[in-house]
Amino acid sequence: MGYDFDWGSLVRAWPYLLQGLRMTALLVVVGMGAGIGLGTLFAIVRMFGPRPLATIIGGYVNLFRSIPLILTILWFYFLMPVVARAVTGDPNLSVGPIYAAIAAFVLAESAYYCEIIRAGIGSVRSEQMQAAFSLGMTRWQGLRNVVLPQAFRNMLPSLINQTIALLKDTSLVYVISLNDFLGAATAIGQRDGRVVEVYIFVAIVYLALCSTGAWAVTKLQRRRTVLAR
Amino acid sequence: MQYSWDWFVFFKPSVTGDGPYGLMLLRGLGWTILLSLLAWILAFGIALAAGVARTLPGRLPRFAAATYVHCFRNVPLLVQLFLWYFVVPELLPVSWGNAIKQMNPTTNQFLTVLVGLTLYTAAKAAEQVRAGIDSLPVSQKQAAMALGLGTAAAYRHVILPQALRIVIPPMTSDFLNVFKNSAVALTIGLMELTGQTRQLSEFSAHPFEAFIAATLVYMLITYGVIVLMRQIELRTRVPGLLGSR
Repeated sequence: MGYDFDWGSLVRAWPYLLQGLRMTALLVVVGMGAGIGLGTLFAIVRMFGPRPLATIIGGYVNLFRSIPLILTILWFYFLMPVVARAVTGDPNLSVGPIYAAIAAFVLAESAYYCEIIRAGIGSVRSEQMQAAFSLGMTRWQGLRNVVLPQAFRNMLPSLINQTIALLKDTSLVYVISLNDFLGAATAIGQRDGRVVEVYIFVAIVYLALCSTGAWAVTKLQRRRTVLAR
Repeated sequence: MQYSWDWFVFFKPSVTGDGPYGLMLLRGLGWTILLSLLAWILAFGIALAAGVARTLPGRLPRFAAATYVHCFRNVPLLVQLFLWYFVVPELLPVSWGNAIKQMNPTTNQFLTVLVGLTLYTAAKAAEQVRAGIDSLPVSQKQAAMALGLGTAAAYRHVILPQALRIVIPPMTSDFLNVFKNSAVALTIGLMELTGQTRQLSEFSAHPFEAFIAATLVYMLITYGVIVLMRQIELRTRVPGLLGSR
């Protein structure tokens, strides 16, 4: 083994790496927030909405679930400027990669979250809705006050798992040269000729972050099995 | 909107001199399918071994398999790919590292992605195998033991034939993910379907046609896999379980 490790460039570059980590965090928070919000809306429409609308949402979800996320990101990266120029009529308008990334993550993640939330709502017994009706609630009130709180409690582990997957997926913005944590680390590694140390460090950080999430899931599941007894 | 649609762009010769644009996409599709199928077959074997190891009585195989699954599930595929491509050749003995670097670039990229994709996929699939084995009643194993079967024979004749059939539906989504995840190959320069699509959209100035074509091809692959897996599911269902109807 003939490699001399030198971790100095990592130490010197930590403000830049931190900036990259902040970009990753931004993508995760926006993707999760908008994804769960839109996903809930889509799931409700798909289950209780009017037929044609439910079919459209179903097609949308299946479309985004069947193509690679990299392709989705590239779709928005190449095509958003074309559409934006056509809409505004300004031929020199440019759209930053950050907006393409956010648009891609919000739309794709809302499709992924939608399926989880649909399964979560489906896991609530139908008597709960009937009980809500018999108390004089409307369908919307019953959903909001009776069904959704139980559904979200049931699907919390799956939601955390999907958020871990989202955190891992954010590294894909590498393809549009957005400086997230992986992108920033790559830049440092290439500048200093220290890609070996940098990628080992990146792997450890992702492993630590995702392990924390996985640990929370196990903890929640264990507590729930106790409650269910 | 001032976009000039031209669906015949796929028949026009590429500016790179690689034949018509449509052929570029087909070549990319070839890489995607070859990579995904090979990775899936290898991953299935590793997943089987790791999944079984996690249910064995011995501590060492359980710990080793759990560590493998945890590490490979919790690091992004792209980072794993970079580790295999940029880091591992540096850490190997110098002569090995040089041998890898002197390989034909396409072969090198293909083998690197194959290793990365296989180990990532296998770690996820191993969890399904383990869940399938855990879903069987303990009495199955006890009955096998009572018949005088050893651990290996019990797995071979009693546990796995049931567990694997239970596991087929959840495995379908892992199988689909291999095809989608294979797109990361473009980051180290292997021009599979998504990579060719990006090139096509840049060279031909017809991004919409390129991306729509790629999207349709991926949807077709998804549909094909779902139909195939449903056939396998029907043929191998376990009689007497709820899922068998």
